[in-house]
Amino acid sequence: MNAADNSHAHGKPGNSLWSDAYLRLRKNRLALASFWFVMLMLTLCFVAAWFCPNPDKIDLENKFAGSSVSHLLGTDQLGRDIFARTLFGGQISLLVGFVATTLAIGIGVVIGAASGYAGGRTDAVLMRGVDTLFAIPFLVVVIVLQVVIAEQTKDASGWVVDNWGWDKKLTSRIANIIPLFIALGLFGWLTLARIVRAQVLSLKEQEFVEAAKALGYSRFRILFRHIIPNTLGPTVVYATLTVPGFIMYEATLSYLGLGVEAPNSSWGILIRDGANFLETEPQLLIIPGLFFSLTLLALNFLGDGLRDALDVKAAKD
Amino acid sequence: MSLLDIKNLKTYFHTRAGTTRAVDDVSFSIDKGEIVGVVGESGSGKSVTCHTLLGLLPQPPAKVEGGSVTFDGNDLLDLPSPLLRAIRGKRISMIFQDPMSCLNPYLTILDQVAEPILTHEDVTKDQAEGRAIEMMKKVGIRDAEKRARSYPHEFSGGMRQRAMIAMALVTNPDLILADEPTTALDVTVQARILRVLRDLRDDLGVGVIFVSHDLGVIAEVADRVVVMYKGKVVEQGSVESIFENPSHPYVKGLLACRPTFETKFRILPTVDDFLQTEEAPDGSLGLYERPDAEARLAELKRQIDTGGNPKESGQNESFLKVKDLRVHFTSGGGLLSKPHETVKAVDGVDLSISKGQTLGLVGESGCGKTTIGRAILRLVKLTAGSVVYDETNLADLPPSELLPYRKRMQIIFQDPYASLNPRLTIEQALIEPMKVHGLEPNRSARRDKVVELLEEVGLSVDHLLRYPHEFSGGQRQRLCVARSLAVEPEFLVCDECVSAMDVSVQAQVLNLLRELQEKRNLTYLFISHDLSVVKFMSDEIAVMRQGRIEEFGTATDIYENPQSDYTRELLDAVPRADF
Amino acid sequence: MLRFITYRLLQGIIVLIALYTITFFLIKAMPGDPFTGEKNIAEETKQLMREKYGLNESVFHQYFLYLKNVFTEGSLGISTSKAHSVNEMIGQSFPVSCILGLTALSFAIGLGVPIGVASAVRKNSWIDYSGMALAMVGICVPAFTVGPLLQIMLSMKIPLFNVAGWETPRDVILPAITLGLVTTAYIARLTRSGMLEILSQDYIRTAHAKGLPVSRVVCKHALRGGLLPAVAYIGPAFAALISGSFIVETIFQVPGMGQHFVNATKARDPFLLQGVVLFFGLLIVIMNLAADILTGFLNPRVRLDQE
Repeated sequence: MNAADNSHAHGKPGNSLWSDAYLRLRKNRLALASFWFVMLMLTLCFVAAWFCPNPDKIDLENKFAGSSVSHLLGTDQLGRDIFARTLFGGQISLLVGFVATTLAIGIGVVIGAASGYAGGRTDAVLMRGVDTLFAIPFLVVVIVLQVVIAEQTKDASGWVVDNWGWDKKLTSRIANIIPLFIALGLFGWLTLARIVRAQVLSLKEQEFVEAAKALGYSRFRILFRHIIPNTLGPTVVYATLTVPGFIMYEATLSYLGLGVEAPNSSWGILIRDGANFLETEPQLLIIPGLFFSLTLLALNFLGDGLRDALDVKAAKD
Repeated sequence: MSLLDIKNLKTYFHTRAGTTRAVDDVSFSIDKGEIVGVVGESGSGKSVTCHTLLGLLPQPPAKVEGGSVTFDGNDLLDLPSPLLRAIRGKRISMIFQDPMSCLNPYLTILDQVAEPILTHEDVTKDQAEGRAIEMMKKVGIRDAEKRARSYPHEFSGGMRQRAMIAMALVTNPDLILADEPTTALDVTVQARILRVLRDLRDDLGVGVIFVSHDLGVIAEVADRVVVMYKGKVVEQGSVESIFENPSHPYVKGLLACRPTFETKFRILPTVDDFLQTEEAPDGSLGLYERPDAEARLAELKRQIDTGGNPKESGQNESFLKVKDLRVHFTSGGGLLSKPHETVKAVDGVDLSISKGQTLGLVGESGCGKTTIGRAILRLVKLTAGSVVYDETNLADLPPSELLPYRKRMQIIFQDPYASLNPRLTIEQALIEPMKVHGLEPNRSARRDKVVELLEEVGLSVDHLLRYPHEFSGGQRQRLCVARSLAVEPEFLVCDECVSAMDVSVQAQVLNLLRELQEKRNLTYLFISHDLSVVKFMSDEIAVMRQGRIEEFGTATDIYENPQSDYTRELLDAVPRADF
Repeated sequence: MLRFITYRLLQGIIVLIALYTITFFLIKAMPGDPFTGEKNIAEETKQLMREKYGLNESVFHQYFLYLKNVFTEGSLGISTSKAHSVNEMIGQSFPVSCILGLTALSFAIGLGVPIGVASAVRKNSWIDYSGMALAMVGICVPAFTVGPLLQIMLSMKIPLFNVAGWETPRDVILPAITLGLVTTAYIARLTRSGMLEILSQDYIRTAHAKGLPVSRVVCKHALRGGLLPAVAYIGPAFAALISGSFIVETIFQVPGMGQHFVNATKARDPFLLQGVVLFFGLLIVIMNLAADILTGFLNPRVRLDQE
């Protein structure tokens, strides 16, 4: 019997909490618009190579050109296409945001769930550890860690080029952003671990978990079928709100010259370079700045909308 | 002229989902020195009526669509807000249901009790506080001078409710609106609070509108009664006429479906035995008496005699024996914190239950009755003692060997909203226990079994693919029962399993439990704070107090001839309708 | 109370030692030492320098030596790049960072709390929408965009302020606004959600039922509880304002602590970096403690002796 027959035999399928949340989200026009904006931005940035001029092509005769057919948003101080540079920069910024968030979620959910479900000594040790890490100046340590990992990845990339014959330019580009993923992801999971732990702790006291125990379900089944699925709402919300935070960190690091390096570029670097010409050519700052801020705005609005739709309390800050 | 006159009051809630007529054409009045009881089940509009009077509803979504509330020659609904504020808390004050959430946790009790005086009268702070302390003494807060500067969380539930009453009375109001003022309290505390309210009526001549879902409380405290159902007043009259001689079928049903100490029914009548509802094309609800109501009641009465009591015949070997059970919880004890504090939740309890019987476990909140239920199922850690089930001591079993017993013993919890995983469909929730215990050979057999179970608890197959939040509280409790039955248990712990329900739903669930017991020869441990319900369900009863068994005996013995003072106090405190 | 403070201070020491350990080994893991990059210095001189700073000893010896100096003399070492005592360098720049941070924080509280309260009390009105839109912009526009824009608008176009520098008291204003904008936004959002939570409580209805005017209900009954989330945030936020101000310091050329940190990272200056990080850590520990104590005063249900 397949699912379709099934629903015929047993009445209409119900609305899960997810589908209810989706209906609520759909009514929130701001959140929905934000979702589509983020999707548009992702698509634009990651298929930019197919329709944009080479962002690194220097054309000194055409510097500070206005908007034209060949240069949609004009050119910069070296005659490079601003639109193309902004989209390629966005690639790095978005990549850092999403990959580091994924890493942070992986660590945060595992540690938070383990801590909350095991309780007792395990919980005490893990949470004191989290407390300790919380009292560490985040950005400061990320910067130091970033510098350390950067050296390691540089060595590793040289090895990869030598032994596996990878393209040198590409490898060094990848090697340049990996430290950011790791440094941000390694320190960005703390809040999420706390959120998940609090969720698990309250779920553990819920009567349906007690009922599951009374029915003789294994600890594994209780944790993975009855507890963790119920923590997904806050996790999704928090993840959505973490991405813009990480993008901001990346920009800050790059702005200080401690993050992404040439030939890579990111929104942070474009804004830094643009600030030098602010008086005479403000578009150099304003265009990447707008892309950057609008994307962050959309991600934040989407997160807020998801929080309302999933009815998640206390999943911010 | 009456003190307050409500005429054709209509309060609707306008939400995206549509319009709810929470209060629909309600009229009643109250005189000086009179307690009017407004009674109804959840959603009847009794609280909304109360809040509408003082303009305390959030608008939107609420909107007063019509009617008038005359107080002292003014229509409260039309009064400009400064004038309404001058009445609120001065001439009409309110007592709310939950004294914990209704008192501000950040301010001292004294600060809050004195606040109405400082708001409405031109007095110094010292004078106001003096009067506040005076009033706190009057409502029975001992050592009021010393304790007045405590914060709400430092007071017990009963004391908090007294503080709330003192706060309402401190300005000598003419009228008090009491919204479920004793619902969150234990019976003995409730009895004392009711006494305070009656004394106020007699001594000061205040009028009280007393809103409650509990018919017993209303019978005990009210002079006149207004019965509400789905936003409408279905019947009103003196308390004797309503309780002795109700005329509306809903009121008849409500009174009949409530178990009392005198109830003899084997199966309780339900509201549906009396009332027939028909929705008119314009959406309004028509309420009619069932033509066959008399016959139905007669049939239930006949069952009292013919049903007999099959339990007393034989089967007396006890198959669950609890000996010297102790469960202690320790708190604190972290690094540098205060030394361990031990709470002796259960402190040396002996119990035994015979097969096919129901043992009632009754006691006030915090007496340890719930912990016993969980300890028997090994859901909490036992400190000492034995739980012998079918000649095996469960207390000694390692967790790995518990599984076969998990199949034989099940539990139903108080809160049906929290007892079902919100992310599983009903089908998934009911199939899971069979899977874990390897019952039924294959998927289709399991699915057939699920359908069978749903029918057994009175739900339909249409519900299979739904999620828990799409059901009402009563339906969810039925689902919990079905889930427990999926493993074919022989012993069920019912932990306050009808406490959160309206009486009409409670009757249905109690009937279901009783029918299942007879059909499947189940053994129950029935835990409740409600003495009437326990009496109705149980063969034998244990009265608990502070972690120990105070008294143990057959249901009739305990209720007719209580031995301990505490049991007697408990029984006396239960509000009853005897005139 | 005393028990609580001792407990937290002990915990703080553990935090600082953990922080020291992490940064120490991270710095050791950085390639090369402060002198490898200097091409103009002879190898012998470099070796002498290493000996002078104790960098030729074993790693563990260095680890415990520094720890010992910190505990016995309170000395954070000598900067290898500037040849100055780290204590002195921090002593000179900390007041600057502190003034900047305090101004930024005052600005953030002064603007954020009223916006948050007004948005909550007038929920779903234009006040709420514009307040929260403003807060969102504050979160999403980075300091390195705001800073230059403020420079252009308020010092170049209208010469109200100096573009950069740290001479007159007026010079603190632009960097403080730039620095405090994000904090303002967070405080406004936290205040709003905290107030909304409290305003939906039953005891607010009780206060209305007593006949209190709305202003009194908000100020006396709601504000205290509603501000708790923002208060809990202010402690760590102040620490973050001081330790995270290097962008603003760079833009406005403010001689604060952030410059030392960035320079130390780039110059691989182990003692300066270590000293600054430890100092930041200490600041966070103290600020968290202060926030907890303040919360305890605001909330009678929190008993500080029960940890």
